[in-house]
Amino acid sequence: MLLDQLIQFLITGITIGAIYALVGLGFSLIYNASDVVNFAQGEFVMIGAMSAIFIYGAGVPYFVAILIAIFISMFVGVALEKLAIEQARNATVVTTIIITIGASIFLRGAALLIWGKEIYGFPSISGDDPIKVGNITILPQSLWIMACTALFVFLLRYFFQKTLTGKAILACSFNKKAAYLMGIEVKHMLALAYGISGLLGGIAGVLITPITYMTYGAGVMLGLKGFCASILGGMGNSMGAVIGGLILGIVESLGAGFISSGYKDAISFFIILLVLFFRPAGLFGKTGVERV
Amino acid sequence: MKLHRIVRGLFLILFLGIFLAPPWAMAKRPIKIGSFLALTGPASFLGDPELKTLKMYIEEVNEKGGIDGHKVELIYYDTGGKAKEAKDIVKRLIKKDRVDVIVGGSTSGTTLAVIDIVQRAKVPLISLAGSIRIIQPVKKWVFKTPHTDRMAAAKIFEDMKKRGITKVALITGDGGFDKSGRAQCLDLAPKYGIEIVADEKYSNSDTDMTTQLTKIRATDAQAILNFGFGKAPAIVTKNVRQLGIKLPLYQSHGVASKKFLQLAGKAAEGVRLPAAALLVAEKLPDSDPQKKVLLAYKHKYEAKYGPVSTFGGHAYDGLFIALDAIDRANSLDRAKIRDEIEKTKNFIGTGGIFNMSPTDHLGLDLSAFKMLEVKNGDWTLVQ
Repeated sequence: MLLDQLIQFLITGITIGAIYALVGLGFSLIYNASDVVNFAQGEFVMIGAMSAIFIYGAGVPYFVAILIAIFISMFVGVALEKLAIEQARNATVVTTIIITIGASIFLRGAALLIWGKEIYGFPSISGDDPIKVGNITILPQSLWIMACTALFVFLLRYFFQKTLTGKAILACSFNKKAAYLMGIEVKHMLALAYGISGLLGGIAGVLITPITYMTYGAGVMLGLKGFCASILGGMGNSMGAVIGGLILGIVESLGAGFISSGYKDAISFFIILLVLFFRPAGLFGKTGVERV
Repeated sequence: MKLHRIVRGLFLILFLGIFLAPPWAMAKRPIKIGSFLALTGPASFLGDPELKTLKMYIEEVNEKGGIDGHKVELIYYDTGGKAKEAKDIVKRLIKKDRVDVIVGGSTSGTTLAVIDIVQRAKVPLISLAGSIRIIQPVKKWVFKTPHTDRMAAAKIFEDMKKRGITKVALITGDGGFDKSGRAQCLDLAPKYGIEIVADEKYSNSDTDMTTQLTKIRATDAQAILNFGFGKAPAIVTKNVRQLGIKLPLYQSHGVASKKFLQLAGKAAEGVRLPAAALLVAEKLPDSDPQKKVLLAYKHKYEAKYGPVSTFGGHAYDGLFIALDAIDRANSLDRAKIRDEIEKTKNFIGTGGIFNMSPTDHLGLDLSAFKMLEVKNGDWTLVQ
């Protein structure tokens, strides 16, 4: 019985963790391109989900609706870069981060005006019947989330390490001016990074809504948890974001299961503080490398 | 120049005329109902139907000639759900607008903030907010119309007792509604001979509650009670089914809306919850005294604005308790109005049948709640 419980707690933890990881992945791209933490990442997730819900509700086929929704959140990402970030290209990193906070408030307000305050659901890809092994259950949608997260980690890794565009984005982050002198269009690279982040956020939103539901304000908490996942794993490291998300989810679940469900958030924040105290760059971040 | 002087003279006569108007003309001044509602901000889903209801019915009363020949006038301001705003507004309603009675306070926070002010100014206040602390302990000038979470908890325990359930697992969120509900449940359970065998919590932004429910599954609970609001109860309901837990699941009146049925879908089958009669107006037996009032309110509101909510119903109850009291008092003296509000007996409102007394400034009993069960994706009354 206790073993059953432990396994169920772990499975729940992995389910929650996969959601955090999927949201957290979106942070790494923009961070890699410009050292900026994009606090509007949660809003990308929300916009992707809400668009999918409404396009599907208007009678568009399921997968077409998802595709359009993902495209919309990608468009929002590019628009954010073109209309706000690029206008302040001489701003410092901190100023840019503050701009993203402003953008997140703006996007939330726009979503409130467009979609209202209601809570919405979205059908899952392959039904709501849980898969059961003995006393242990898992939703098929969770498996989809995990599979997609794994796929994106692989793709992001490939993108940054093997493709010229990926390397160019990394080069922008190391030294903008040098990258520019080497013939890299810094502006385009940034727009690309924001676009892909919007795309990732949109996919995350569409995948998690069948489990979590969605409201105009849900992006805040999702963004925050995703942010925690990526600083825990090491900012800018996509593998780190996944491991960070999973650790966060499992710690929350085990904390709620074996200690107290009232303190589970406190327990997970304590773990994050502990990790950051001993490894300020996160578990997989590169420590002590000062770029000259 | 000459014309100017004549105009000035005319003005003077007009002004004097106002002050010299005979006293019988003064006696028919309009009845001033003051209101402070959350029309914007996070609680605007309360204030919006409340204001629409107040406006709609005051218009109707005036068309019929008012109360004893007095027209009714509504003076309202937006609090945005903020307690500090509410204080300023109520001071203004009392000092500047000189209202006869105040109907309002969409949220418990805004109502509790102004209690001291109305008590000191001696103005009757009928609140539209949920918390039991508004009327307990009894405050001389303060009344309210919505049922309390304590009554919801009592209704649930009553139903459990009927089914022979004595061991209950409680699971609640971290919002104000949840916490207050949890406290009332813990307090009331022993009175119904019910033992709370698990007291699990979640945060309202959580995405999965299977951990807490797995723990509950390992206890000897005979039923699960989820006191919550928003999307979390729908997730709990789904998770219960996902884990294959067969225990009866109870929800609170916080999710008594079609939205919950939509969100939880098939998982909601068999869920029981207490709700205001307005939700199931059509399904009530014809012998139910409330049925006529409920249908009349529902049809009138829906013809003009779309789906009704119980919150607008609270405003209906508050307005007519106040107007009936003024009618009976035959006076606009605030003290007399207050006395008559306290004497409200057998007032059939949307929230239930009100019988107020000097010790009970709400006046509803448990019959105000109906126990519902979800069957085939719709509510059914539990007998």
